Amino acid sequence: MSALRMTLNGRPVEVEVHEARYLSEVLRGELGLKGTKIGCNEAECGICTVLVNGTPVSSCVFPAYKAQGANVETIEGLSADGGLHPLQQAFLDQGAVQCGICTPGMIMTAKALIDDKGAALTEDEIRTALKDTYCRCTGYGSIVRAILQAARGESRDDSGRASASSPVGQPLPNPNARAKIDGTARFTDDYEFPGMLYARTKRAGVPHARILAIDTAAARELPGVQAVLTHEDVPGHNRHGLVIDDWPVLCDDKVRYAGDAVAIVAADSEEIAAAAIDLVKVEYEDLPVVGDALRAAEPGAPLVHDGRSDGNLLKHIKVDKGDVEAGFADADVVIDRSYRTQSAEHLFLEPECSIGIPAGFDPGEFGGQVDDDAVRGETARHAKTTIYVGSQIPYQDRDQAAAALGVEPDAVRIVATLTGGGFGGKEDITGQIHVALLAEKTGRPVKMLYSRQESLLVHPKRHPTVIRTRVGARNDGTLTAVQATLYGDAGAYASLSEKVLTRATTHAAGPYEAPNVKIDCFAMYTNNVPSGAFRGFGVTQSCFAIESTMDILAAELDIDPVELRHRNALDIGRTTSTGQALRESAGLRECIDKVASDMRGDDFRWTWDEGDRRFAWGVAVAYKNTGLGGGAPDRATAEIEVWRGDETHAEVRISSAEMGQNLPGVLAACAAEELGVPVRNVRVLLGDTDVCPDGGPTTASRQSFVSGNAVRMAAQKAAADQAEHVLVRYDYEAPQTRPLGAGGDMHFAFSFGAQAALVEVDMTTGEVHVRKVIAAHDIGRALNPLTLRGQIEGGIVMALGYTLTEHYIQEDGKPWTNLMARYKMPSIEHAPEIVSHVVEHPVAAGPYGAKGAGELPSIPTSAAITNAICRATGVRVHSLPVDQDELLRACAAGVDTIELGWGDLEPIPQVALGGRT
Amino acid sequence: MTVMAQASSNRWQHYYTPATVEEAVEILQRYDGEARVVGGGTDLLVETRRGLHKPVSAMVDVTHIDGLGEIAVEDDYIVIGCGVTHSQIVRNPHIIEQGSCLAESCGVIGGPQVRNVGTLAGNVAHALPAGDGTIGLLALGGEIEVAGVDGARWMPLQESFKGPGKSFIDRYRQVLTRLRFRPTGPGEGSAHHRVMRPQGLCLPIISMGVRVALDADNVIGDARISMGPVGPVPHLAEPAMDVLIGKPATAGQYAKAAAVALQNVELRASKYRATREYREQMVRTFLPAILERAVERARQGLS
Repeated sequence: MSALRMTLNGRPVEVEVHEARYLSEVLRGELGLKGTKIGCNEAECGICTVLVNGTPVSSCVFPAYKAQGANVETIEGLSADGGLHPLQQAFLDQGAVQCGICTPGMIMTAKALIDDKGAALTEDEIRTALKDTYCRCTGYGSIVRAILQAARGESRDDSGRASASSPVGQPLPNPNARAKIDGTARFTDDYEFPGMLYARTKRAGVPHARILAIDTAAARELPGVQAVLTHEDVPGHNRHGLVIDDWPVLCDDKVRYAGDAVAIVAADSEEIAAAAIDLVKVEYEDLPVVGDALRAAEPGAPLVHDGRSDGNLLKHIKVDKGDVEAGFADADVVIDRSYRTQSAEHLFLEPECSIGIPAGFDPGEFGGQVDDDAVRGETARHAKTTIYVGSQIPYQDRDQAAAALGVEPDAVRIVATLTGGGFGGKEDITGQIHVALLAEKTGRPVKMLYSRQESLLVHPKRHPTVIRTRVGARNDGTLTAVQATLYGDAGAYASLSEKVLTRATTHAAGPYEAPNVKIDCFAMYTNNVPSGAFRGFGVTQSCFAIESTMDILAAELDIDPVELRHRNALDIGRTTSTGQALRESAGLRECIDKVASDMRGDDFRWTWDEGDRRFAWGVAVAYKNTGLGGGAPDRATAEIEVWRGDETHAEVRISSAEMGQNLPGVLAACAAEELGVPVRNVRVLLGDTDVCPDGGPTTASRQSFVSGNAVRMAAQKAAADQAEHVLVRYDYEAPQTRPLGAGGDMHFAFSFGAQAALVEVDMTTGEVHVRKVIAAHDIGRALNPLTLRGQIEGGIVMALGYTLTEHYIQEDGKPWTNLMARYKMPSIEHAPEIVSHVVEHPVAAGPYGAKGAGELPSIPTSAAITNAICRATGVRVHSLPVDQDELLRACAAGVDTIELGWGDLEPIPQVALGGRT
Repeated sequence: MTVMAQASSNRWQHYYTPATVEEAVEILQRYDGEARVVGGGTDLLVETRRGLHKPVSAMVDVTHIDGLGEIAVEDDYIVIGCGVTHSQIVRNPHIIEQGSCLAESCGVIGGPQVRNVGTLAGNVAHALPAGDGTIGLLALGGEIEVAGVDGARWMPLQESFKGPGKSFIDRYRQVLTRLRFRPTGPGEGSAHHRVMRPQGLCLPIISMGVRVALDADNVIGDARISMGPVGPVPHLAEPAMDVLIGKPATAGQYAKAAAVALQNVELRASKYRATREYREQMVRTFLPAILERAVERARQGLS
């Protein structure tokens, strides 16, 4: 220990710290400045950026003593005088704050840039300076606009909007954004409870093995260790799972993937917990590894789960409409191609963190302050076992934790903290149950923060798939039949595989009317990391296959690809593959028209050269259901409390997750609209299961529709009651749907979209850049255009990463992608210009006509990009992500297809149509 | 204050920021192999966090040494102190003008936060087969000064490389204090290019630097070509250099140089980075391109 002296946000500080500590640790720890966030501890993500002597540095690998005598600036210093820095104001104005975890680092990086360049700052300079400061939500467009606004000293007066009597449809900032721009917003890791312990998990490290013995004796004896738990210490049900409870809380008989949890430790410090984990010794008998979905389907394949009559088959999902063989017989042209999509990582920039609080916790017992009025937080007494977590499904967290603890669901409480990005990746259980077990065992609060590397290892990814698609059409382009066979790698546990791959299956024929459709999808257990929900929910994969095939078909028929899509597009009066006749809100053709007319403009050319660079456009379309569908009851319950005085105020309570998509803003607008009050008078409380009724899972682009309706209807009832104090609880159930195979309405609404991508291929290196995307999405009604734009730009850039940069690589069950440094999400340098057209074909049952918008924008992008690449180079990409090495060599060799994406070692396996190889 | 994380086992006990070279060397000597030199730490500390280095008792940070945080223009050399960051090099007008390939190569290292902290000395001492800054300095004919108990001495950069990630500089006992190169004068030029991919680890597919001297008759008087990764250490493509020296500066000659460079190295495929064929193609495309650019710069100096 010695004295570290520096000037921090303009004030001299002197602090005694160990010389081995990094600046981020000292800022967040000894100095209590939690505004600086940690995303990776690898100096990769940039969200920990602070300024040292005016220069941006990654504080996570910057030794604190390197800053000896330096001038250090953090986010807390920007608004120290209470007013907002122009950058902070601009981030609010432009909607550049979504989940908010990257916001402090982003603003600090930008501050150094503006201090350096002033009003003359250019967009190119922004792209250079922000190259290594990542954002997973916004797609960077709003960030660029905000920085330019701040540099130029421009301002936007939105004060009128917040008091507008009709807030629905207004571009209002996220109500949480204010706290996210000044560093006061609290994510789970920002909570420090009195008496808190730190927990770590012993991971399997091997993909498939029988557990012979677990020895925890040495770990228990390590000073500072307070508890070591194994499967024997799980008092209740030692399994969890959102659909099938097949995922062990702590593994007992065997481990099924490298990230499986075998033991957990709570200790006085993270380091002691980490040391204790190394002392837990597990004896394994290695078992043969099932490395991918097709191997899992081979006769005699090793079984991932013993004793299942279906072997490794998790589910065979089928769509059947008409007679495909008759349809193909009727076709003039048949195209039959195979595709492969990769496993992908959500890379939310906040790694998973859970804090468990034991029932009866009194902070006073551990020397903490006690506030008798506090309902939650460090100063509150906690009657029940409580879990603080930024989760997408609070009520299911509660129920799964209660089952493992062996108590009634009511005995457990979930308090939702801010979520630093989710995208589907925070639906499954990670540390929630573990911290509850450890808290109850030790009688103390327990925090479990995953490292980035652990996060990569553990949580479910996007399903890797192999998809064979066969499409028949007449010479005029009319589709006669679509057949597809999909193999999806579900990984070691069921998670949401059945649901995700059902969506992949039902959407596999694209947003087209085809009279004859047959789709078979095989969801297979393997020893890979589980696959689960990820924005797009399976449709991303099958859209890539069908929309690639549609371009091949257009070329074969010599029909304009836009015209081919328009001709077959779903529309009112047409019927989906699952037999759902569309009666309203089907704006696909308008989306296609908008994109086509914008793209075609003046002097339109599909492709052209500039020196060694070749440019081309590509087009793709998509649709995506809103809500759970398939016959599942889709409910949300909202509570609204209204106080009428000089002014009317209201509080909305509902357990639904905010991940940066601005759910609180949308719900506040719905309530304010009905109550006729300014939106700033409505407070929204999300995700405390003791206070907020169940809004259902935050998935399937359902929150605006389902929770929005619940809040809207609760507010309508409250508005009708003129009492001074009104409390209304409203149970909303979305229109009933029917199961797959039963025909009729499988979903209560679909959103539609079309996108055109302009790509540039460097013919000397094969490098691909997307220069522009023109998009049009029919989302029923734009409840908040600012938020919607963020969803669209963010979704497109996320999909661009899926297409060009991202692949979570596993080699026979062992993840090669074990570092953030090995997984590249798009940086600001990848972000294209995005022109977005909003098409509003309202759906009657939706709130003010709205349907889902969260997932759709990330679905058609991949095929739009690869269709453009094919037009530019003549090379059809069959496997994602696009590999410049393969592409360039294919161009040189005059080969017209590539079957290896980056990270693939083998060609696409041949799949028999209808099933099994 | 709640229970805070203590220093973990793979960290150090002391972090020194000596103000003189003597002091730095003295600390290293005192620790007798239990202390190691750190510059910006942008590679070393990331690797240390992952437990890839044997733990040491002390880190000796050489970026605070008086006078070694600057770039000095001396009579025959541009001299870069061990505390100089990539960002300083990229912005330095003398290096932009008279050591273009070094400014270019340091400009593609990492991202801004890494360049703001990482040093050229650290890049060189790390001795990766294709450290961009190292490739740039190697093309310029750089030299390095290494200080230890027995004093300081200058040596040619290429003599410091021992193997991939291994340098003859003993990072537990010696300090790479300064780096220098002869600035390009009239009739001279240099250039660098690197090919990357947007996926996976940020390691170059190929990184190449060139320095040429041109006489008034468009004849190449001298040439240096550096490349990596083409083997265990950064590579000086001497046979390709010989092809150019004494020959006219023409596209045909550049292509010949690239062909000879390829004949004399064993390019390899590296999983998830590049195939051998792709690497070869990048050399065929970009070695002539940077030769052309360097010659163009040399011509501008002549006119």
